[in-house]
Amino acid sequence: MGTAKKEPLLRVVKHAELSTRQSIGLRVLAVVLALAVGGLFIALIGYNPFEIYATIVSGCFRSPMAIQATVKFCIPMCISALGVTLAFKMRFWNIGGEGQLIMGAVFASFFALFCSGMPHLLLLAVMFIAGFVGGGLWGLIPAACREKWGTNETLFTLMLNYIALYIVTFLRDGPWRDPEAAGFNKIARFAPKAMLDKVFGVHAGWIVMLILVVLVFLYLKKTKQGYEIGVVGESRDTARYAGINVRRVVLRTMFLSGGIAGIGGMVQATGSDITLSAGVAGGVGFTGIIIAWLAQLNPFVALIVSFAFSILVKGSSVVQSAYGLSTDCADILQGIILFFIMAMEFFIRYKLVFRGHREKLPVKTAADTDAASGEKEAEEK
Amino acid sequence: MAEQEYAIRCDKITKVFGSVVANDQIDLDVRYGEILALLGENGSGKTTLMNMISGIYHPDGGTIYVDGRAASIQSPLDAQNLGVGMIHQHFKLVNIFSAMENIELGTPGKKLPPKVLRRKVEDLCEKYGLETDPDKPIHAMSVSEKQTVEILKVLYRGARILILDEPTAVLTPQETDKLFAILRQMRKAGCAVIIITHKLNEVLSISDRVTILRKGKSYGTVNTAEVNVSKLTELMVGRAVTLEIDRPKPEDPEDILKLVDLTVRRKDGSVALDDVSFSIRTGEILGVAGVAGSGQKELCETIAGLIQPAQGAILYKKENLAGKTPRELIEMGISMSFVPEDRLGMGLVAGMGMTDNMLLKTYTQGKGPFVDRAPARAMAESLVEKLDIVTAGVEAPVRMMSGGNVQKVLLGREIESNPDLLITAYPVRGLDINSSYLVYDLLNEQKKKGVAVVYIGEDLDVLLQLCDRILVLCHGKVTGVVDAAAVSKEQIGLMMTGESAQEVMEYGNG
Amino acid sequence: MISLAFILKFIVAAVGAGTPLLFGTVGEIMSEKVGHLNLGVEGMMSVGAVAGFAAGYATGNLACAMVFAFLAGMLSALIYAVLTVSFMANQNVIGLTLTIFGIGFANFVGVYMIGRTGTNNWQLPANLIEQMKNVDIPFLSDIPVLGKLLFSYDPFTYVGIAIALACGWYLFRTKAGLNAQAIGENPAAADAASIRVTKWKYINILLGGGICGIGGAYCSMVINGGVWISDCVGGLGWISVALVIFAAWKPQMAILGSFVFGALRILKYYMPAVIPIAFFNMLPFVITAIVLLAASIRGAKGSHIPENLGNNYFREER
Repeated sequence: MGTAKKEPLLRVVKHAELSTRQSIGLRVLAVVLALAVGGLFIALIGYNPFEIYATIVSGCFRSPMAIQATVKFCIPMCISALGVTLAFKMRFWNIGGEGQLIMGAVFASFFALFCSGMPHLLLLAVMFIAGFVGGGLWGLIPAACREKWGTNETLFTLMLNYIALYIVTFLRDGPWRDPEAAGFNKIARFAPKAMLDKVFGVHAGWIVMLILVVLVFLYLKKTKQGYEIGVVGESRDTARYAGINVRRVVLRTMFLSGGIAGIGGMVQATGSDITLSAGVAGGVGFTGIIIAWLAQLNPFVALIVSFAFSILVKGSSVVQSAYGLSTDCADILQGIILFFIMAMEFFIRYKLVFRGHREKLPVKTAADTDAASGEKEAEEK
Repeated sequence: MAEQEYAIRCDKITKVFGSVVANDQIDLDVRYGEILALLGENGSGKTTLMNMISGIYHPDGGTIYVDGRAASIQSPLDAQNLGVGMIHQHFKLVNIFSAMENIELGTPGKKLPPKVLRRKVEDLCEKYGLETDPDKPIHAMSVSEKQTVEILKVLYRGARILILDEPTAVLTPQETDKLFAILRQMRKAGCAVIIITHKLNEVLSISDRVTILRKGKSYGTVNTAEVNVSKLTELMVGRAVTLEIDRPKPEDPEDILKLVDLTVRRKDGSVALDDVSFSIRTGEILGVAGVAGSGQKELCETIAGLIQPAQGAILYKKENLAGKTPRELIEMGISMSFVPEDRLGMGLVAGMGMTDNMLLKTYTQGKGPFVDRAPARAMAESLVEKLDIVTAGVEAPVRMMSGGNVQKVLLGREIESNPDLLITAYPVRGLDINSSYLVYDLLNEQKKKGVAVVYIGEDLDVLLQLCDRILVLCHGKVTGVVDAAAVSKEQIGLMMTGESAQEVMEYGNG
Repeated sequence: MISLAFILKFIVAAVGAGTPLLFGTVGEIMSEKVGHLNLGVEGMMSVGAVAGFAAGYATGNLACAMVFAFLAGMLSALIYAVLTVSFMANQNVIGLTLTIFGIGFANFVGVYMIGRTGTNNWQLPANLIEQMKNVDIPFLSDIPVLGKLLFSYDPFTYVGIAIALACGWYLFRTKAGLNAQAIGENPAAADAASIRVTKWKYINILLGGGICGIGGAYCSMVINGGVWISDCVGGLGWISVALVIFAAWKPQMAILGSFVFGALRILKYYMPAVIPIAFFNMLPFVITAIVLLAASIRGAKGSHIPENLGNNYFREER
């Protein structure tokens, strides 16, 4: 008889929010699993994973110099993660951090190269603002196009990254080329006046980074504009209902998002590179996205994650000199950790229900279904 | 043997969602060569029942027989293999594909050469009297053309049992006539057709028999030829039930908002509100009745400043509000509250806690760039206390709350802003009895304070007992504004189907 | 004067420069058609690059290298598919991570292998390099002009064109392809039409990853003359993502598009020095941005972008 009721073998069901403690526990578990898998890989090619991991960590802290280098790696990563955080909070998929960072560096470099007559602090201030504006404008373009014509922001910001990159190589090979450079084309080293001062042995970018962490945190958590970003990100309909001018919020936020990345570019060019090079971003804009996402868009957590990532980067170079393993293992480990955490996110949000294992489902009311569709719409936009 | 003549027979079908019994032991049957109407108000369980026949839900109890055999319908595919096809209210079509590509989508076998496919589609059209351009892409089609494609999709898969979920909701009267001609053609071709509707005259014009659902229960099946509109209304809405909702007498009602010749268009250009004029008074609850999609949503959103009317005026103390944005309304010092139908998608921010939701309309207050959360938090806490809101805390996302608590948060916030005008859209939808009564009490409290309350509702019993006046909408037109105490449920029901108040009142008396 | 021989030489070089793009683009089209924007092309190509190179190094057989590159690309796409299709993770984040992971993995293995050869050089065997030379078909290649134009490329180019044509046929001429496209446009509609959404997403994403992998093998094995070099994919994956837009999500158009972009890549060597090289490097991205912008201005109906691109599908939410 066909009356037997068969349920699907496996179903995915949203479950109630876990406590903060539980979800943090699961994420830590994910990192541990990731390190275990990474360790397996290291063991497979004939090294002792414990030794390697220990070297990575100790390598970063073995000397003040090493710590300074680690912090230096952290700065651009963290700042670009902060920029992305603003856009992602609004569910605007800005993957153009790389380009925005570059444009910030370009704008700032203009003053470093051609207006170095200014007093030191004034010059730095002007460059700082220029970096912010440069990155901001580069973020504003895709925002304006999306609001006006619905241009896909993911793809558009991606294209803008490369356009920015080649603007730098254009400047390097042409108008801004250092005529005194022998061999490869490059842009002149900045005058000492245009260099970011060192504080505790690291360029002052780390102070900028810490200030930005606090500012972005306060902006999102405490200000009216930050509140608007949250509302627009959750549901454009609710934002309209509350009388929020959605278009203005999107444009403003993307200007800020790009601007922060631009500051990252300015800091990297004037603090670390002391010139404008094509590698000023060097993939940091992309890493920033991963960091922001891992940090669940929390600026303080982003700082921690950035630092953890820079330990991997710096530590892997120590591993390279000690064991002859390539620094690329940092990238591999970053990848594995993120894959595991993202997989764990799924188990934090959903649960699997097996056949025959019936549980009481949460009461599904008309309001709930409405909400689900509302959420979906919001995501689609 | 008698079983054989039924295309579908449902035997005591029960479906429970959480604590809500959507279908309670429902029986239903339909034969080949017959059109069965499934009649009931919104939320009476029609769609749930049909979703079980078409494999989207799974019944918790009872048996569905197809062609006389008990069937286990796990998925839409199973339903399709049994010859059952459902045309959903929301079309599931791929916009960039042509009609025939959509029709072919997901069918077994190789992709047919366009020529052959076109031929097959045209043959089907001919057989059932349908009209379509097989090469036209969906995005270039009108609503009724899209519906035709949906019907063809089902027929192409060899369905002989068709279920249509409120197919006329989106159609013009002319298009409806055309659809009905098609359905009759199908009946002639030997199909069994179930049409879900809440429009009485449609039931009378198209169906052979009617099964009536009310609040998840079946209230019998009658031959269409033996009933008329008033009989059907009575069956659909049931006898008036005393709910014992308080209705304090309005004190010195005064016009606060006057809508004059208001016309509103939807995004797709269709008319949502057609030349609507009425006034809203202080100290009074104005009910708005009408079948779903008669313009209620647009009415609310236009008053709240979310939609620009195409024409007409909204007068508030002699000032025209039409076309003003919500922000402008707030700046003008107009104290209006709106509890939208989509609570979590529009009225609240689902991912934020109660505190942040309290802020939604007041966050701009105060000088400086910072939000002052302290008053919002205090307000959230006092609401939890006052309305017995069950929550893990005022910072827990409202998404995690039950429907009733979500509504308390929303309504509570709107009331706390001390509005002069309170618009509520389906405020008790999905709520349990206790929460519903709490909502009625809150609204009455506001009314006593002299607030003008608008209550958009679907349960006529509630409308009749809670409201002072009832405005009835049909296809965006006002068919009448009547005194709730002097009108019967049937009369409202008739007005909802398009008869004017005058006609109905005479009919009722005669 | 520009001679015919010069034009021919240019075209042949352009096709060669476009070949890795062709693989990357077709692979990405396969994934985007089911609604999954995979920004991991660069990473999948890198993984394919190192796997293909290693297989070639070990076996000296070109077909074997291609198969391994394909499998490795598929395996890396599997990570993406599991996380985005089954676990519904953010596609952008996973794609970017896959890129970083893939490049890191390839470079890491490369450095490791260089260390093991003891010669500071990881190099393909000579007989394999011979197999990758431009084909020389007797008689056909000798036909004046046409012979040079059609029959003078390396095996990868022919495999790439064959794969592009096969994918075009699959997507636009078969039922399965129609179903796959429906998933990328409107997964709820596909689901309602009883198409197995998850299954077909996996199939397309994995095939796409495999195809990208072969493109990676081209980068590692052909471009640098059989010597392993770190970062050998060098951004070609990203150009491929751009090229998908330019090709309007059509594999057949990708053939043309990749050769146009290939021409743009080598144009700088043929142009007078007055025009800055950066201009030519930028051109593919500028053109793509303009195409993207123009399509969006024309409106949703005019753009070929899959309507549901970038959004995951969870049935309960329909």
